Amino acid sequence: MIERDQVLHVARLARLRLSEEEVETMVGELSGILEHVDRIGSLDLEGVEPTSHVVALENVLRADEPRPSLPRDVALASAPEPQDGAFRAPSPQAE
Amino acid sequence: MPELEAVIGLEIHVQLATKTKMFCGCELSFGDEPNVHTCPICLAHPGVLPVPNEQAIRYALQIGLALGCEIAPRSIFHRKNYFYPDSPKAYQISQYDIPICGAGRLGDVRIHRAHLEEDAAKMVHVGSSGRIHGSGASLVDFNRGGTPLVEIVTEPDLRGAPEAAEWARLLRETVRQLGVSDVNMEEGSLRVDANVSVRPAGSEELGTKTELKNMNSFRFLQRGVEAELARQRELVEAGGTVEQETLHFDPASGSLTSLRSKEEAHDYRYFPEPDLVSLAPTEEMLREARESLPELPAARIERYKAIGVPADVALTLATDPRTAGYFENVVEAAGGIEPRVLANWVTGELAAALRQAEVDGGAADSRVSPGAMAALVRMVGEKKISHGSAKIVLAAMVLEGGDPEPIVEREGLAQMSDSGELEAIVEQAMADNPDAVARVREGNDKAIGAIVGAVMRETKGRADGGEVNRLLRERL
Amino acid sequence: MTDLLSLTALEAHEAMVAGDLGAEEYTAAWREAAGGDELNAYLWRDEGGKEAAAIAVERDCVAPIAVKDIFTTEGVPTTAGSRILEGYRPPYTSSAVRKLVEAGAPILGKTNMDEFAMGSSNENSAYGPVLNPWDRERVPGGSSGGSAAVVAGGLAPWAIGTDTGGSIRQPAAFCGIVGLKPTYGAISRYGMIAFASSLDQCGPLTRTVSDAALLLGILQGKDPCDSTSVGIEGGIALPGREDLSGLRFGVPAELRGDDYDSDVRAVFEKTLRKIEELGGEVAEVSLPSSEHGISAYYVIAPAEASSNLARYDGVRYGMRAGGDGDLVEMYEATRSEGFGPEVKRRIMLGTYALSSGYYEAYYGQAQKVRTRIAEDFSGAFGTVDFVVTPTAPSVAFGLGEKTDDPLAMYLNDFFTVPMSLAGIPAISIPAGLAEPEGGGTRLPVGFQIASPAFSEQKLLDAAYALEQGIGFDARPGGADA
Ligand SMILES: [Mg+2]
Ligand SMILES: [Zn+2]
Repeated sequence: MIERDQVLHVARLARLRLSEEEVETMVGELSGILEHVDRIGSLDLEGVEPTSHVVALENVLRADEPRPSLPRDVALASAPEPQDGAFRAPSPQAE
Repeated sequence: MPELEAVIGLEIHVQLATKTKMFCGCELSFGDEPNVHTCPICLAHPGVLPVPNEQAIRYALQIGLALGCEIAPRSIFHRKNYFYPDSPKAYQISQYDIPICGAGRLGDVRIHRAHLEEDAAKMVHVGSSGRIHGSGASLVDFNRGGTPLVEIVTEPDLRGAPEAAEWARLLRETVRQLGVSDVNMEEGSLRVDANVSVRPAGSEELGTKTELKNMNSFRFLQRGVEAELARQRELVEAGGTVEQETLHFDPASGSLTSLRSKEEAHDYRYFPEPDLVSLAPTEEMLREARESLPELPAARIERYKAIGVPADVALTLATDPRTAGYFENVVEAAGGIEPRVLANWVTGELAAALRQAEVDGGAADSRVSPGAMAALVRMVGEKKISHGSAKIVLAAMVLEGGDPEPIVEREGLAQMSDSGELEAIVEQAMADNPDAVARVREGNDKAIGAIVGAVMRETKGRADGGEVNRLLRERL
Repeated sequence: MTDLLSLTALEAHEAMVAGDLGAEEYTAAWREAAGGDELNAYLWRDEGGKEAAAIAVERDCVAPIAVKDIFTTEGVPTTAGSRILEGYRPPYTSSAVRKLVEAGAPILGKTNMDEFAMGSSNENSAYGPVLNPWDRERVPGGSSGGSAAVVAGGLAPWAIGTDTGGSIRQPAAFCGIVGLKPTYGAISRYGMIAFASSLDQCGPLTRTVSDAALLLGILQGKDPCDSTSVGIEGGIALPGREDLSGLRFGVPAELRGDDYDSDVRAVFEKTLRKIEELGGEVAEVSLPSSEHGISAYYVIAPAEASSNLARYDGVRYGMRAGGDGDLVEMYEATRSEGFGPEVKRRIMLGTYALSSGYYEAYYGQAQKVRTRIAEDFSGAFGTVDFVVTPTAPSVAFGLGEKTDDPLAMYLNDFFTVPMSLAGIPAISIPAGLAEPEGGGTRLPVGFQIASPAFSEQKLLDAAYALEQGIGFDARPGGADA
């Protein structure tokens, strides 16, 4: 159903690192789930409109009026690594 | 080998000049301390939800209408998923298969689409080199994160670097005149990326394109595209193939660096944003957007040409709507004077006088009122002062404002009306310049200039050039 | 003291308003009761009632409440049951909690839950499982297991939870209390930590239908912070219906299969007869696409979750690991250490379903099934007022019983998922007790009633009449009714 390579690719996309054991388990579990889910693949749903969500609203907008921002110390209070009033993150190697 | 033709398309990100961000109430700012314009929403704290800014939708509609785009009866937002520290939710709310503005055109270039999205945050790379490669860390400032953007994508209709830069200027002018953005390239409120490829002239197929990122001036845009076209031509002519990649142009060295990620190709996993409902511009929203459109450069040029303004002067005025407005006020104040003459005065002598005086801002901001400007041109037309004197008066008006008449009087610049006095000066000048008189009589017409000059010096420019010429010719 | 705790939230409210009950004394009694939590149901308790300024009420006149730890509370730990948010104190308060505070309901504490609301047993909490007050060897259901357990276990008069595919109704059924999932859009989602945005909905877990109505009345409403919120027109009144005459209850033919517990089925059939006794009519309806509900749900919910949970990246808040490496290393270390196995499984599933080449086959197709399921319900509501099913195919199962088989766990949502996909309201009320397979203490069975979008008032009225007719009064640890 789902191959090991696909599991590794998807884990990469999702920024998850899986141990060798987790990869094995994941291949089995995802395959089982997908086998069940794949039943909808054979349904003829030609011409059926997809439902993104059930709310029948349009144009729910906000007036362009400023609201108070957070004090900077509050904004940074939860940061794992604040530095010079900013959020520090490791640098991308090659992006 | 057939000649290689350039094929260029542009992607322009326009930051909208709303008061607040796209999906939260934080104020937009430029150049403030980092992270002073953030809230749980634009920091993507758990549980927050976006609510779109009404004004951003209005501005997007105005841009769409100005570019002649079809407005989608119903458009939706999508999530574009990718991990990067400048993207707090790890997805950008953007539009995907149903953008708010569809196909349109500006000048000779077709618009593919224009859509709404939110801007990323600013990252400052810290570490040894200050460059991305090999640096230790980045500091993220979310002030800019969530700024509303309209991304305009053209069809690949441009055929050269100068054309691309020229068209980008027209686009900037158009967006600027809508008043929906500051369109400042250095500050990043207008960002231009170029998709560049080459193909054998006459071919219909598109070659493999490269993407040039964020050139922050029109000059750099032109130079960057030129450099990339040269690189691609050389490569293809040598039998090589162009590889699809993203390039960064360094204006200092003129070099192009690949920004291509070593990782697998991006897979943005777009899907409809479930936190937002669809946008369906109502008749009223569209009417409001249509009514708020100012006259755009292309239309203004046509209108000025129709009243006799030369094409190049019309273009100058169209790209400067404030001066154009000033010009129109002068036309109104001047009554019957030809707009062509007034336009030349406004874009020529007045602009020169402002430059000379090192006054900041254009005619509309100057001390010269449209009424005073019109009065001055009228005095010249009625031969009350000479053209030369008018320039002196104008220089004074730029500095002190007010009407021209008192300045003319004060400086004694009124045109010499006593033709007896002028005749005497003319005859004296002929007497003082016998050589010139002789040469003119021998058929060297140009030599008359020396005698005219002597008259003008003597009259301090108060003499009418035409009258001086007439008197001289009578006597020669 | 025990007397005070035996009052329903509505009774307490009315007594407080009438001046017969001192709010402070009443709230203090509940704070003390909550302090005796042996079920691991609370993750945080506001012991003095003064710890957190942002959730302090001006005047308590509504029964104190337990809040699922998925709702943000300014300055108060909010973890969504995840390690990745351990120690996180949000800088803002959710709209639902704000409404409770404004109504005068003191917050007793934050309740344990399956990590990011993913689970049907509460065993996916990073802070350990919640025990079912009826049998501590069994699960309370999930993901709002903590909220269900505190109400059933006498640790709170009432609670709020969230329901994405059954996360209020199923634990309510397993714990023998009332759980209501309102219409999508009835209550603001602002500040409710997102699992699957197009499905998530806040709702009450209470002892009685009347309490659920009182709580829904407080919580519902359009919120400018949630552009998908609508509110319930006309608000919610307390239910008072005595019988079910003139009402038609549809039993889906497709859900009537015998692949669920016979004891649960017996309680369900008995309840159908009770409906008829009360003057209601029971008919069969057809929901042909509902059998694909689980498949569609386990594509849509993980897909949205994979995106919603991408923000936990170790940059702005929450846990960070692998700080010495490069960016990708930090992301991967943080997320791999911060998320539990079920969350990772669903992120993987959802990422896969959205990835290039698979979108149409999975996400696109699931959204179409969703359309079909909603159409099925609209069709059914053309002939009946309500659709009824058992809430869950079994009574509460044993701790650890299904943890090795994710698909078996997912199939537990079989009866509740279709209503979530259709966005319609559904309530679970306790209908009786049944012996679990393999024997043991008799455990509660839930009866689910669903109705058209925004018809909560009608739903609560009918549920109230049925509740009175059933007269369920069993309590954990006590004798059967
Ligand atoms: Mg873009
Ligand atoms: Zn903000």
